[in-house]
Amino acid sequence: MSPSLIHTIPLSGQVINLCAAIMLLLGFAMLSQRRVLTLINLFMLQGLVLFTSTLIVAITTHQNHLLWSAGLTLVLKVIALPYILHRLIRRLSVKWDVDTLLNIPTTMLVGIALVVIAFNVAQPISHLSGTITRATIGIALACVLLAFLMMITRSKAVPQVIAFLAMENGLFFAATSATYGMPMVVELGIALDVMVGMVILGVFFFQIRQQFDSLDIRHMERAKEQ
Amino acid sequence: MNFYALFAQLLELAIALILAPILTGWVNQCRAWLQNRSAPPLLQTYYTLSKLFHKDVLLAHNASTLFRAAPYIIFSCMALASSIVPTLSTDLIFSPAADAIALVGLFALARVFIALAGMDVGTAFGSLGARREMFIGFLAEPALLMVFFTASLISQSTSLSTIVETLAHNEIAIYPSLAFAGVAFSMVSLAENARVPIDNPTTHLELTMVHEAMILEYSGRHLALIEWAACLKLFAYSCIGIALFFPFGIPEASDPASLLIAAAILVFKLAIGGFVLALIETLSAKMRIFRAPEFLGTAFLLAVLAMLVHLLLEAGR
Repeated sequence: MSPSLIHTIPLSGQVINLCAAIMLLLGFAMLSQRRVLTLINLFMLQGLVLFTSTLIVAITTHQNHLLWSAGLTLVLKVIALPYILHRLIRRLSVKWDVDTLLNIPTTMLVGIALVVIAFNVAQPISHLSGTITRATIGIALACVLLAFLMMITRSKAVPQVIAFLAMENGLFFAATSATYGMPMVVELGIALDVMVGMVILGVFFFQIRQQFDSLDIRHMERAKEQ
Repeated sequence: MNFYALFAQLLELAIALILAPILTGWVNQCRAWLQNRSAPPLLQTYYTLSKLFHKDVLLAHNASTLFRAAPYIIFSCMALASSIVPTLSTDLIFSPAADAIALVGLFALARVFIALAGMDVGTAFGSLGARREMFIGFLAEPALLMVFFTASLISQSTSLSTIVETLAHNEIAIYPSLAFAGVAFSMVSLAENARVPIDNPTTHLELTMVHEAMILEYSGRHLALIEWAACLKLFAYSCIGIALFFPFGIPEASDPASLLIAAAILVFKLAIGGFVLALIETLSAKMRIFRAPEFLGTAFLLAVLAMLVHLLLEAGR
């Protein structure tokens, strides 16, 4: 019986579930967003939710290394990356134009199908896991898949990079909810990778625009013929 | 079934009839304040209604019986709908008679009649409005049903009284699914009540009208009844929102003392809800009618997600 069962989950678990649900909601919001500026703000919010949930897991399970990951998330994904992205789009002046390859309602329907698949795939995994957050593995997987979908359906470079970063958010969330986080070395490595990737992609944006006068990735297909 | 339940039921109906125009007036007042205009008085809707009731009815030559009967049918549908929703007490005599699905059916019945009445006289704007209304309605209805299904899954019943009892009187728990359903429900109620992102209730431009276009041919007491029904619809939707997502303070018993407290809490919640509605309306711009499927598609998606999240996070395996 569900009404009685939810009360067996401790309060911290309930808050983490709420965070997971908000992550999924933000994933869909990003999928449906047409404006780059709002997209970055949504990405920042997702980072904030990720930070909150990691912090709660760290405090309730006394895992000190998760505190570090939470701090890393806050610095990197809530402050540094959105700041860099904001500067980038200001200098590239691409505040408004996002055109999608599929229309948005279709993308949303595909997104729902992905969520159903993710929930089903994650069910056996979450049975094996013993963490308090095991129910959220399905949501983390769904976030990763939604970010994938966003990467596929966007034709401009900046939204694709944001999708890539959102996918990293999902992976991080999956790691936290399945096993209380990866070893510190791995996490630091990933964080550094994302940072470096961001810098390289930033340079790349300018190169693409200089070459093609647009950030549309479709122009790249012509490049190999020349 | 006892005397108090009957009393609570009648009181709820009376409060709905009295408060509904005041709620509309309150929303208009807040909207005027937020837009730096001087606000109409709180009872403005009453003045408009009484003015309309004193005027003669002017009928088109080719208006059929349906055109004359529709305002009464729509008004009674909305009055019944607002008396089914448990706002003052969950111990009502009507509550076994109609559940959440029947409530959606009542709204659908009113919508069908207003659309038919819009098309009855045969003016271009009437049928245009009717077509748009049905277009929005058929997108909004599944989302509304999904919201109710999520609440029903949590309380394992489609009876509104049971849903509210479960949500209001169990131990406090965080339901992520209800957060999704809440967002979906607010989007649906904006669309269903002809509010700003979908339709502008104060528009004077016929080409952008949806709700107003259907009732262009009405006058006198017929128009008054339809306007009152629109207020009742807004009231009913606000009460559903309160009952499902902020049910704290709705008593199970229906003795006079708890009814009085419940009424005070209800007025307080409605005042906040009306202000939030005015805020949403001020902050958003009306969207093109062809963007409505996207808006309501998002609402449907959120409602489906609410069900999925409920099954994943809250239901036991």
